[in-house]
Amino acid sequence: MIREFNLIDVYYLLLAARWTLALTGIAFLGGGLVGMIVAVMRVSPFAPLRLASTLFVNVVQGIPLLAWLFVFFFGLPILAGVRISPWTAAIAAYAIYAGAFLGEIWRGCLQAIPRQQWEAGAALALSFGEQLYYIIVPQAIRIAVPPTVGFLVQLIKNTSLAAVIGFVELTREGQLTNAATYQPFTVYIVVAAIYFAMCFPLTQWSRRLERTLRVAR
Amino acid sequence: MRYVFNFRDVWAQWDFIASGVAVTIALTIATVIAGSMIGALGAAARVYGPPWMRSLVACYVECIRNTPLIVQLFIVFFGLPSAGLRLDAMPAAMIALTINLGAYATEIIRAGIEAVPRAQIEAGRSLGLSGVQVFRHVVLMPALRIVYPALTAQFVLVMLATSIVSQISAPDLFHVASIIQSRTFRDFEIYAVVAAIYLALAVVLKFAFAAIGHLAFARR
Repeated sequence: MIREFNLIDVYYLLLAARWTLALTGIAFLGGGLVGMIVAVMRVSPFAPLRLASTLFVNVVQGIPLLAWLFVFFFGLPILAGVRISPWTAAIAAYAIYAGAFLGEIWRGCLQAIPRQQWEAGAALALSFGEQLYYIIVPQAIRIAVPPTVGFLVQLIKNTSLAAVIGFVELTREGQLTNAATYQPFTVYIVVAAIYFAMCFPLTQWSRRLERTLRVAR
Repeated sequence: MRYVFNFRDVWAQWDFIASGVAVTIALTIATVIAGSMIGALGAAARVYGPPWMRSLVACYVECIRNTPLIVQLFIVFFGLPSAGLRLDAMPAAMIALTINLGAYATEIIRAGIEAVPRAQIEAGRSLGLSGVQVFRHVVLMPALRIVYPALTAQFVLVMLATSIVSQISAPDLFHVASIIQSRTFRDFEIYAVVAAIYLALAVVLKFAFAAIGHLAFARR
């Protein structure tokens, strides 16, 4: 028997949204780590590092996230020789994916700091790492916040793709609810509304941060 | 147990893969054309329209940009039939992708339009150009030149995002991959090959857009 879609389903969808947030958080941490390394490599004075990181960014950004998920889901068991859960595959794929985008965003922020700041650091006999740590990064962080929050919205939306490798988050829970109630229109509108409720405040926040930054300059 | 890579079974289906590539390219081109038109109209309405139209377009843009494409696709493909509108996978994919790109393009082109100085519009008017002429020659074209890199980057993202329509069984490259996977059980091989094809398409598309931009916006 097909049952009705009612409030308890909305409650289950909200519970599933926690997994969307959890996946976003972990992907952001992993991606942030990869992204920091990529951004620093992109501005390093050593050409092979710049080349390698540029290649990494272009390859990751040129392949759909869906393909990354499948390559990791099916590929890691072969390469590592162990069966892996959707969790591991999803985290690996999202860390790589978010790393490339965050690396590119943060590189832009590092390069937005005027050259003279680097030169002033060099004149004080600071090494590349010291210039980065004491002079460039503290200034770059301020301009990096709005686009990073903006990317967080992308990330929340893109975690929906983890549904296709069987990771139960909001979209997958929507599919399951739909299979039980067969009211796709209602179910997916509710799912969309929950995503909206998570993303819209961040979008607005990012916009406000951007405005404050423009006034401050 | 050691895994032996075997690409032969995958290569044997190259014509099937090619058909998937053709669908992906066709879907991308159709979406880019329709989406840009919605974007241009939406941006014009967002900046010059009456207040109710402005808030309507703003609502459309925010609703689309704050929800995932896959959910939009499910609403169009699975949801609309219960509202009495039954669509095949391909039309549903096209509609969802176009609505999605339309919202992003609206936002991008709006930024370009707002970057055109007011004085330039007044100069156009004082030369006796009509409102439509001013919009076309004085506002839209310079605006498109400003936002061209952002817009084409979005087009490349759309090409990659077409892979998501495989989830409603539209016969694109990614759907072809999943069929080949279930026929041959060569999971890793087929997805590695398909990933490489997407990468090649993305690179070609990037160069093509750069070349088109060079031709279209070279004369000033």
